[in-house]
Amino acid sequence: MKIIYTDALIIGGGLAGLRSAIAAKKKGLDTVLISMVPVRRSHSAAAQGGMQASLGNGKMSEGDNEDVHFSDTVKGSDWGCDQEVARMFVQTAPKAIRELAHWGVPWTRIRAGERTAIINTKKTIIKEDAHNEGLIQSRDFGGTKKWRTCYTADATGHTMLYAVANEANRLNVYMTHRKEAVSLITKDDQCCGAVVRDLITGKLGAYIAKGTMIATGGYGRIFKVSTNAVICKGTGAAIALETGIARLGNMEAIQFHPTPLFPSGILLTEGCRGDGGVLRDKDGYRFMPDYEPDKKDLASRDVVSRRMMEHIAKGKGVKSPYGEHLWLDISILGREHIEKNLRDVADISKTFAGIDPATGWMPVLPMQHYSMGGIRVKPNGESPTLKGLFCAGEAACWDLHGFNRLGGNSVSEAVVAGMIIGESFAEYCLGANITIDTDLINQKLQEQQTYLESLLKLNGTQSIFAIKTKMQEIMSAKVGIFRNAKDLQSAVDELQELYRECKNITIKNKKLHGNVELDDAYRVPRMIKIALCAAVGALQRCESRGAHTRTDYPKRDDANFLNRTLTYWKHPDDPLPTVEYEELDVMKMEIAPGFRGYGDKDNIIEHPGAAKRAEEITRITDELTAKHADRFTIQNALMPYELSPKYKAKNQRVGVGYE
Amino acid sequence: MSRKLTINILEYDPQDPSDRPKIVSFKMDETPSLSFYLVLKYIKEHLEPDLAYDVVCRAGICGSCAMIINGTPRLACKTLTNNFKETEFTLAPLAGFALIKDLSVNTGIWMKGMNKRVEAWVHQNTPMDISKIERKIDPDAADEVFELDRCIECGICVASCGTKLMREDFVGAVGLMKVARFRADPHDIRSDEEFYELIGDDNGIFGCMSLMGCEDNCPKELPLQNKIAYLRKKMVELG
Ligand SMILES: Cc1cc2nc3c(=O)[nH]c(=O)nc-3n(C[C@H](O)[C@H](O)[C@H](O)COP(=O)(O)OP(=O)(O)OC[C@H]3O[C@@H](n4cnc5c(N)ncnc54)[C@H](O)[C@@H]3O)c2cc1C
Ligand code: SF4
Ligand code: FES
Repeated sequence: MKIIYTDALIIGGGLAGLRSAIAAKKKGLDTVLISMVPVRRSHSAAAQGGMQASLGNGKMSEGDNEDVHFSDTVKGSDWGCDQEVARMFVQTAPKAIRELAHWGVPWTRIRAGERTAIINTKKTIIKEDAHNEGLIQSRDFGGTKKWRTCYTADATGHTMLYAVANEANRLNVYMTHRKEAVSLITKDDQCCGAVVRDLITGKLGAYIAKGTMIATGGYGRIFKVSTNAVICKGTGAAIALETGIARLGNMEAIQFHPTPLFPSGILLTEGCRGDGGVLRDKDGYRFMPDYEPDKKDLASRDVVSRRMMEHIAKGKGVKSPYGEHLWLDISILGREHIEKNLRDVADISKTFAGIDPATGWMPVLPMQHYSMGGIRVKPNGESPTLKGLFCAGEAACWDLHGFNRLGGNSVSEAVVAGMIIGESFAEYCLGANITIDTDLINQKLQEQQTYLESLLKLNGTQSIFAIKTKMQEIMSAKVGIFRNAKDLQSAVDELQELYRECKNITIKNKKLHGNVELDDAYRVPRMIKIALCAAVGALQRCESRGAHTRTDYPKRDDANFLNRTLTYWKHPDDPLPTVEYEELDVMKMEIAPGFRGYGDKDNIIEHPGAAKRAEEITRITDELTAKHADRFTIQNALMPYELSPKYKAKNQRVGVGYE
Repeated sequence: MSRKLTINILEYDPQDPSDRPKIVSFKMDETPSLSFYLVLKYIKEHLEPDLAYDVVCRAGICGSCAMIINGTPRLACKTLTNNFKETEFTLAPLAGFALIKDLSVNTGIWMKGMNKRVEAWVHQNTPMDISKIERKIDPDAADEVFELDRCIECGICVASCGTKLMREDFVGAVGLMKVARFRADPHDIRSDEEFYELIGDDNGIFGCMSLMGCEDNCPKELPLQNKIAYLRKKMVELG
């Protein structure tokens, strides 16, 4: 079993992992990136709709800036996010997008003159100024005040991922694929690298590094129906959980997207509605304005998904052999627009549903889409409890999204986190020292080897595939869009039972390589642990916040739950994760908890400090405004935050310069 | 009444000295909108638990699942059984790439080599200030680059290529497309002479015999032949 030594180990080659690798390599570190699949196949490639950054170039984004993006993000999160992190993020996002343009992402650019757009089902003329022609254009997405989502037609993730992978190639970053991290190596509460399995030969190796970064994406595949790629199994978070030291944050915070294609679950981007498409019921009636008169079809995702389920419950769903669904209508946009800006959508619809969306409506139903939860890290990206372990991207709970993330904020987070966390990770690696002797490394390798061999020897009655399916069914049925104590408790019980069943299997092929049944035999128990963290977290969170909806506790309860759920696996033999909470400090918030501007009003149990903080914010703002302070001074007075100068630098915009 | 399907799969584990390539047959019922990804998932979960194949996005976006289906290279996740008159299908691994096992091939390693060979990254010599307003790009030029950037490196063009059969080191339509992509990119400062250095030989632009296999099968419907012909014209002018 091989041992490889390096300075910086990055696990995962999506946008977050690749961008972090670039940061590490640029600091001159010996950098190794491993990925389960060739990096360009990472799930980031599937992002369609776009990336949020407040460039403010186009007509419909005039007046946009970091402050507006910040406010949208905090409200979107239902005040669950870390506002300091949100500030770091919005300040860096415009730089990220400009850097990506420089690396060759062919962002759709502004064309001077008039064009027709569909806004609120009506044809509207938008006129772009001639002097802005050639700057990066943006489109409308849910939950945002301005049109802020930059895009390359509807293949944004693909072009971003390729550009970042190209840059990593230019810098000669060492990347190796079909390698899966199966265990973290820790010594005295410090992470020293990982045990890695070669998915071709089945052989184990140890990668020993001064710093380890996990950028393994989300855990959507613990659900039966999900928009996620089949590799989004959350195994990166699971191996952190299995250290017993690292904590996972807000694992119950799971987003359901309103418009995956039914029944396959292949996503139809939010850009469909952003560009003017609407939802319709079995009578062809556009129902969203009745529920959300203000934001309509473009309220935030959690709200739209719930309204759709509510509407189906009222008997308005379209019946089909696979169950009920609703319609997404983009035919009103016209064929030309669809074939240019929503080409992949048209392709998906034609291929998988046999429907040409320029003439017909597409069947849709809300399904699991995004994991807000993940490995809990500090603003610099490091685990607060396991030294030397960093995490970025969807795998992390950095906590930009709180209980609901806005469309377009995720690829943006992946790249921005790669820049910010990538840099702090690199600095950590430069200064770090690890001392670990070969005996300990060999022992860790041997443990995993013995475990794999023991799985091959099991002689039970179950199929690991059937267990996986059962887990996915439990999660979709009982830990889904609407949750309640009874279902959640039964999910927790059943998942524990399933976990035990994982020892009652037989693997047909007895080889250690080329054996996908063996792969699942060690992945599924880890997935069940992740599922348990989500289910237990959801059960104990007796409130509704963002995407987490408890029918038995319909109010957002700031008095008791303005906090972050932390789960960890104290002892390997524990049947359940241990749960702790981390308070969010109201008195440090830049925007005090309040109404989001969509969803149900008067549905909040207030935090005792919220009104006081709101007053304080108003007072500070008024005082400084009277003294003609600029927005940066006011922001700094309300909530100072740290960020390296190159990312904190002011962003230039058309018309306003650096204001 | 649903149709009964017969699925023949070429199975082989090259790492097992005792194994020999063999065709194994499976029977299953057809369901509506059944893709070959779902066929393979069904076979793996119910009939052949160690069947190897590559699927990631299952939505025709990531390029993982290319394989030969009844003689033609296609994306398994994007190909539906009900689009065929036949009820019997033979699945074989994508030709031209290292076989891992059964239907799983190492396109990733090949693409990595190809990307390095044609230096598939933007070459530039001016540092940029990321706080400043981005450089303006002609909207048509941006669209053109996007069109060429849509390749998902699935390898189907390579597996469909007559030249690749004879020339092991041919960069394939995908490699030539990359060159066309960076040549069109206003950010890339490379001259045609520099591109010629990369592909001006029989393993590059002069190897293509215009057999069209690549373009006929490309799942992204990229204008491969048109772009290759244009590139060849430009390269001939230099040669
Ligand atoms: C269909 C779809 C559309 C989307 N559209 C948008 C959009 O328009 N805008 C937006 O902002 N967001 C969108 N998102 C979300 C966004 O794409 C993801 O959140 C983001 O790309 C995640 O990037 P990442 O780098 O964190 O992870 P990923 O891109 O998922 O990469 C994870 C990497 O980790 C590797 N890996 C995983 N486990 C292991 C392991 N154990 N060992 C080794 N390697 C491992 C994988 O091989 C992969 O390289 C979309 C998501 C979906 C599902
Ligand atoms: S050019 Fe087409 S066929 Fe070739 S790799 Fe790219 S997407 Fe696949
Ligand atoms: S699995 Fe991604 S293209 Fe088929």
